[in-house]
Amino acid sequence: MQIFHNPHFNFVKYRWPALIVSWVVILAGVVGIYLKGLPLGVEFSGGTIVIVQFDKMPGIDQVRGALDKSFGGGENVVVQRYGTESLRQIMIRVPQVGRESGTELGQAARDVETALGASNLGAFKRVGTEIIGPVVGRELTSKGITAFLLSLFFILLYIWFRFQFSFAVGATVATLHDVLVTLAFLVFFRVDLSLNVIAALLTITGYSTNDTIVIFDRVRENLRGTRRDNLNDLVNSSINQTLNRTLITGGTAFLGVVALYIFGGEVLRGFAFTMIVGLITGTYSSIFIAAAIVTFWPHGRGGARIAASAPVATAARPTATARQRKGARGGAGS
Amino acid sequence: MNNLRWRLALIVVIIGACLWAIIPPEKKIRLGLDLKGGVHLVLRVDAEEALKLETMNSSERFRESLESGGVTGVTVTVLSPTQFQVTGLQPAQDAVFRQLAVDLQAMFDRQPGAGGYTFAMKPNVARDMRIATVVQARMTIERRVNELGVAEPIIAQQGTEQDHLLVQLPGVTDVDRAKAVIQSTAQLQLKLVEQGPAPTRESLLQASGGKEPPGTEVLPGVQDRAQAGAPAAQMVYYLVRKVPILTGRDLRSAKQGPDQYNQPAVHFEVKGDAATRFGKSTRENINRLLAIVLDGTIVSAPNIEGAISDQGQISGSFTMQEAEDLALKLRSGALPAPLTYMQETTIGPTLGQDSINSGVLASTISLALVTVFMLVFYRLSGVNAIVALVGNLIILLGAMSYINATMTLPGIAGFVLTMGMGVDSNVLIFERIKEEMEAGRGVRASLNAGFSRVFLTLIDTHLSALIGAAFLFQFGTGPIRGFATTLFFGLMSNLFTSTFVSKTLFEAVLSQRHTETLSI
Repeated sequence: MQIFHNPHFNFVKYRWPALIVSWVVILAGVVGIYLKGLPLGVEFSGGTIVIVQFDKMPGIDQVRGALDKSFGGGENVVVQRYGTESLRQIMIRVPQVGRESGTELGQAARDVETALGASNLGAFKRVGTEIIGPVVGRELTSKGITAFLLSLFFILLYIWFRFQFSFAVGATVATLHDVLVTLAFLVFFRVDLSLNVIAALLTITGYSTNDTIVIFDRVRENLRGTRRDNLNDLVNSSINQTLNRTLITGGTAFLGVVALYIFGGEVLRGFAFTMIVGLITGTYSSIFIAAAIVTFWPHGRGGARIAASAPVATAARPTATARQRKGARGGAGS
Repeated sequence: MNNLRWRLALIVVIIGACLWAIIPPEKKIRLGLDLKGGVHLVLRVDAEEALKLETMNSSERFRESLESGGVTGVTVTVLSPTQFQVTGLQPAQDAVFRQLAVDLQAMFDRQPGAGGYTFAMKPNVARDMRIATVVQARMTIERRVNELGVAEPIIAQQGTEQDHLLVQLPGVTDVDRAKAVIQSTAQLQLKLVEQGPAPTRESLLQASGGKEPPGTEVLPGVQDRAQAGAPAAQMVYYLVRKVPILTGRDLRSAKQGPDQYNQPAVHFEVKGDAATRFGKSTRENINRLLAIVLDGTIVSAPNIEGAISDQGQISGSFTMQEAEDLALKLRSGALPAPLTYMQETTIGPTLGQDSINSGVLASTISLALVTVFMLVFYRLSGVNAIVALVGNLIILLGAMSYINATMTLPGIAGFVLTMGMGVDSNVLIFERIKEEMEAGRGVRASLNAGFSRVFLTLIDTHLSALIGAAFLFQFGTGPIRGFATTLFFGLMSNLFTSTFVSKTLFEAVLSQRHTETLSI
């Protein structure tokens, strides 16, 4: 079974609209950050998360009301159901009170318990607590950014070493694009940036390169073929030849992270959301962005280098169809 | 044929060894804190405080030696954690002063100033002391945690300055007790009482004109039960000598036991050389009060009835548990500096179990979905892919079990992503085989071409993903490291299963029957 039998879509033709769409999304994300700020998880902003299990599940509003007196209302206090209804758990997030002082961090958590206890919500117990001082977040941010940039840089080096510089630039830009677009979606959907979400972003860095590499591999292979057309057509047919693989792989990975999103529990929800967005944009960017950048590369020098790297660099013959080329290659190599 | 048999045998041996390593999973797979439940703390060691203490003690000892050396009228002030200043020095006494200051040369640089000198701790001494302080704090906490009897605790230094301590206590439920044991400095000092007890600070200092006489300080304490005859509640104050005659470092052992009133108390033994010193000071001060100071508070101030050298007892209003914890803290040594909590996470056992349940459910469902997907798309070859995929997961778990890696909740997510990666490799190979067959090549030739051509692509994709995983490992702690580890081993074992195992399976099937078509 196949999704497309011998597809001939002209992807390269859509590189400009694709770039514009991507920029619009990324800029919208930037505007979102500017207007409402990054949705920082407790690991980055500092603060206290308390997970409470009630004997009898109260309404979210009741819990909120109980906390309003001690913590003030507004967006500072987050109250959410945690896990399925049957677990009767509620997550409460409150900001850091005062500075990280002396040996005591747990005051806010105790205040939450006191406020809940005073409000007639029935018996409850604290099943989990996460308290993070403000210093931790700053360190994590710089560590996360360093890790991201370093892995991007080494992937660039690797692709440069294995392919060519223009390919490396294409893959790096596509990866950067994926992370920025994913970040934009996190802002749109107000998904808190937690450690797990950062881990997902770093994973996307590694994985989004994969799709790109598969297409680049085919481009390189086609460049070595005996027949050559112009670079745009060659890149386009390489995308088409790997299209089934790209879609099937994207599809199965997608199934996996969707299962994680639905069944993986509260802790992994942000992670799974990030991966879902990252997988979609990763697949999209390797088709529309990465390959397009290779075709954008200055035709003088870059084109010459690409041509030179092909073993048999004959002048472009009359445009061969993908089908013919496939036949030629199949016969040639064994 | 023979070759094929060997390869099949190798696969069976590897998978068997990995299965052996993971069955039964509840015993063989090490769960991280987020799945098992427990306490996760990040503390910062405030090393400056240790420097400050050292500077204070040195300046105080120096002041005493100046006094006994006949240099009078000078004032000693501590300026910063690493500096102190001596002012009001008569030029005539300069030579004597320099003579007395020789002892300080090893640790402090001396700078002349107006009417005196400034002493600054040497930078290398200060640096070494900062490092030593953190290391000592880590070792102290290690000893305390071990005494608490926590199974498989993790105590590690981290942070850019290496001055953060990560403390993980799996399975601990009594968080408050654990924290109390870890965080208290347990600085034990025995100091001679000059004045007191008095109900207020002011009444205590009346005799000396409202100021602490040089070399002494006022410390708060609770009223001694032995003297009051009632449960202590009231605060009292004592004027004590600053320099202790014995500290926690001089103790050889400490254990909980009843005192003469049958109340919980801590009995301690003193180390050899300190015992001689302790014996001398107590003999000289019979019938004076000796303050037992714990972290700056006097827990009791018994009368010195005779010379004590190698044994003593701390009584106060302790419960049995408190006395036991105090003994534990004294045994494990004092923390050299205060600790600041930066992060504190508690995961209750039920929360961990919920995470395991949902993680396992999500993995199972995604495996099922992938299986259906592969069977629909690749028919019989899909079976091959699924066998390779399951083999991949078994090898991944086995490898993690062999290197004693920890499975965390993000690690389970890594498990699901590994499935995706495994399927990806198979899809790449299968699509290539299809192309080759469409190009009119035979089944066997197509298989060979498919596997050999895709192999390099696989190396490229896996290596770039490994680069990502490596930096992820570097970035994260705890759960995220578990994720990076899972990804890493998943990628490695996937290279093996999707090429070697999958190809061997195809060949094994083809060797049984000659066929012109492939169900793919």
